Amino acid sequence: MLYKDLVIIGGGPAGLAAALEAAEQGVKDVMIVERDSGLGGILQQCIHNGFGLHVFKEELTGPEYAQRFIDRLENTGIEVLLDTMVIEITQDKRIFAVNSKKGVLEIQAKAVILAMGCRERTRGALNIPGFRPAGIFTAGTAQRYVNIEGYMPGKEIVILGSGDIGLIMARRFTLEGARVKCVLEIMPYSNGLTRNVVQCLEDYGIPLRLSHTVIEIHGKKRVEGVTVAKVDENLKPILSTAEFIPCDTLLLSVGLIPENELTKMTGADFDANTQGPMVNQWMETSCEGIFACGNVLHVHDLVDFVTMEAKLAARGAARYLKEKDGAYRQMSVIAGEGLRYVLPHAVGVEKMLDEKQNFFMRSTRPMKKAKLAIESENGTIKTKMLSYVKPSEMINIELGKSEISKAAGHLKFILQEEGASDE
Amino acid sequence: MYDAAIIGGGVTGCMIARELSRYDIKVILLEKEEDVACGTSKANSAVIHAGFDAKPGTWKAKMNVRGNVLFPGICEELDVPYINNGSLVVAVEEGEIKILEKLLNQGRVNGVPGLEIIGHDELMKMEPHLNPMSKAALYAPTAGIVCPYEFTIALAENAAINGVEFRFNSPVIKIVVEDGAFIVNTPYEFVKARYIINAAGLFSDEISKMAGAEEYTVTPRKGEYLIFDKKFGYLIKKVIFPTPSEISKGILVCPTVDGNIFIGPNSNDIKDKTDVSVTREGIEEIIEGGRKLVPELPLSGVITSFAGLRAVSNTNDFIIEASRKVKGFVNVGGIQSPGFTSAPAIAETVVEILKEEGMDLREKQNFVPTRPRKYRFREMDNLTRQKLIEENPAFGHVICRCETVTEAEIVDAIRRPLGAKSLDGIKRRTRAGMGRCQGGFCSSRVLSILARELKIDPRQVTKCGPGSEILKGGYKEFIAEKDMDEYLNTVEVESLSWKGGAADAL
Repeated sequence: MLYKDLVIIGGGPAGLAAALEAAEQGVKDVMIVERDSGLGGILQQCIHNGFGLHVFKEELTGPEYAQRFIDRLENTGIEVLLDTMVIEITQDKRIFAVNSKKGVLEIQAKAVILAMGCRERTRGALNIPGFRPAGIFTAGTAQRYVNIEGYMPGKEIVILGSGDIGLIMARRFTLEGARVKCVLEIMPYSNGLTRNVVQCLEDYGIPLRLSHTVIEIHGKKRVEGVTVAKVDENLKPILSTAEFIPCDTLLLSVGLIPENELTKMTGADFDANTQGPMVNQWMETSCEGIFACGNVLHVHDLVDFVTMEAKLAARGAARYLKEKDGAYRQMSVIAGEGLRYVLPHAVGVEKMLDEKQNFFMRSTRPMKKAKLAIESENGTIKTKMLSYVKPSEMINIELGKSEISKAAGHLKFILQEEGASDE
Repeated sequence: MYDAAIIGGGVTGCMIARELSRYDIKVILLEKEEDVACGTSKANSAVIHAGFDAKPGTWKAKMNVRGNVLFPGICEELDVPYINNGSLVVAVEEGEIKILEKLLNQGRVNGVPGLEIIGHDELMKMEPHLNPMSKAALYAPTAGIVCPYEFTIALAENAAINGVEFRFNSPVIKIVVEDGAFIVNTPYEFVKARYIINAAGLFSDEISKMAGAEEYTVTPRKGEYLIFDKKFGYLIKKVIFPTPSEISKGILVCPTVDGNIFIGPNSNDIKDKTDVSVTREGIEEIIEGGRKLVPELPLSGVITSFAGLRAVSNTNDFIIEASRKVKGFVNVGGIQSPGFTSAPAIAETVVEILKEEGMDLREKQNFVPTRPRKYRFREMDNLTRQKLIEENPAFGHVICRCETVTEAEIVDAIRRPLGAKSLDGIKRRTRAGMGRCQGGFCSSRVLSILARELKIDPRQVTKCGPGSEILKGGYKEFIAEKDMDEYLNTVEVESLSWKGGAADAL
């Protein structure tokens, strides 16, 4: 059995930032366990730019962004186990992992940071009727084939879902010589960042067909085409609008799901809306000494926020190792009207790490102008006007210690559309 | 010259192949797809039925009851997971109790042991997530579940070890009789055989006609299914049927041996014998049917859908007989439900028929009843895992994270008798790609291992045989093809040390 102060599961952007921050906070014995053969996680296949605008104030590619962290690992004493898969974690922070060199490893940690990221929703989750031929890929899998392995999954492509990876892949496939026929989105608005809609679709003349979906997949051995249709307000296909589009590949970019199979083994409390664990202001789950950050906690649209969140978790873990004071929950945070969720799920003013606290949240629908109100049992703590709110773009709000200390009972975040419902 | 040619590599054909491999004869099996269990045998309810559904005296009744008795022993010999969880036919309405009584009596006549009707309270104690309106149920303790493709593959592997030859991608296109023997044409060869066993499933009517034997028709009856994530496996333990209709046992809610739950099938006669598409109406129908029995079934928990085709003959019973028109031709057609359960009994019967037809069947001295050891890393304890990784480091390399499948298991699936040649072949042998991410993470890695092991270009790797190539777009455009070939020839393919099949590892 190995004994470690802090074990971080996952060596992607969240795990890397957490490890470095923990080392900086003086944690001596830090280990990253990563299942892939290198660090950086999904960033390594994200060869497009646009990463780092918040953290580094410059525009980097995914591998460059990851490398900034990987380079800093040297001389920190952080131990990295690659090609190592964690298969079990217990509530008392015992971790079982396997690799080819050492076999089954048993590691007893004093604190754990979960940074396993997320996975893509698949065709099965959507129940798209039709055959099950070759040629149906999630956008991320296609991205790996094209960017890492140098292969083209197909040449005539239809993309279902306007998530960011799908938009990025529309551009990538076009640049690599394939023909992207259209991107279909079942909602009446895009599910990706506005900048990606502009830079990946509009700049290349790729049509984005809102309120459309695939209602049948054709082809017994390989995809030969898809039938698409417009959907009504209840997202039900309008069959009279059905149209056949020939293609050899269907890419799916229909959402990401935090990968929490390990987290569940700890018995931590979950948030049904984020599909991740509930955390307090230190990003600590309801299991004392087990922290979570990045996409395992909730799906982010910008890696910069993952980095910020990971640093917070690392500082929380460092504090926990020093003070042995965990699972602290003073005041619950509630997502009210207009918001799908708010993170963290609990705060307490006495034990804040800083003079301020960041809150991450997502709206339930797009709003041109909206008023965010933060309320507690003794009235409104703060209001803020926001413009161009979209579910696909995370809202990040900072509250000062003095503001939080005004609250009693709970903190409730409410987002209300202002002025118009002219849409 | 072969003594027997079996046409069709489904569960029936493979079971017959295994039975015949006990004897000192030369047997060949011809399969039109790239693997066994590619048709009805891979997409069905995989229930080992108790045997109360079929009318007394029918082939279905006889074969089902006998098959149910034989199943556990075969699964044990071949190391195929089998769970004897029992089944319940649930009456949700008061009026359905009559049907339960009819089934009970029918089952007793058929010789099904242990049947009883249980009331609401006992039923809800057995299955707390059942529809609380349920009135009563017919409990059949001898029913069970098995993985249908794993069972079929195990039979084929065992038959292969005992000398049966298998030909894949080999549809039968012509059968002629010459000098008292058959000449069976496939696109690749002429196969000469004294006896033909027609186990061609949905196409057995066409094969019978091709040989000039008795004419019958097989109609595809489609059944659609939805599979749920393992995290909802707690909902149900037994096989849960509604009360049956005239043509079908109805939409059931059923656990799998791997811990998932499925719902389905519905039942629709169609025309195209290759139409395994899932329809919107079908999905709605089975959800409604499933929720009638287990109202809590969460739609968000569905990981995939599929459809299978039952081979329904115009006699509405199995056809198991030697042709009276063509000597040496044996029809095994119309094997719809309970065909899977019946397979062992059907194979026994076919052996008897062949004896009657004059085949000289002498038992081999060296018949091997088992197959090479199957490794299931996810089910092992850590000590066993440690030992295996020490002997073969590829066991320490997890490729499919949802189902915890290691590189060693994938390599083994390729190197075993009748090894996997495609992503689906790997999936059916190891479960890699069958979990909640449906291959999102592992498929590119499995593809590389397949290319490496089969020594083929990654572009040639298929999902399920020729025409289903994964990387249809080829190399990225900036990589000139000849440069890539050169590159591939100079780069040593990274490979973990691996000596021999996993069967030799211990």
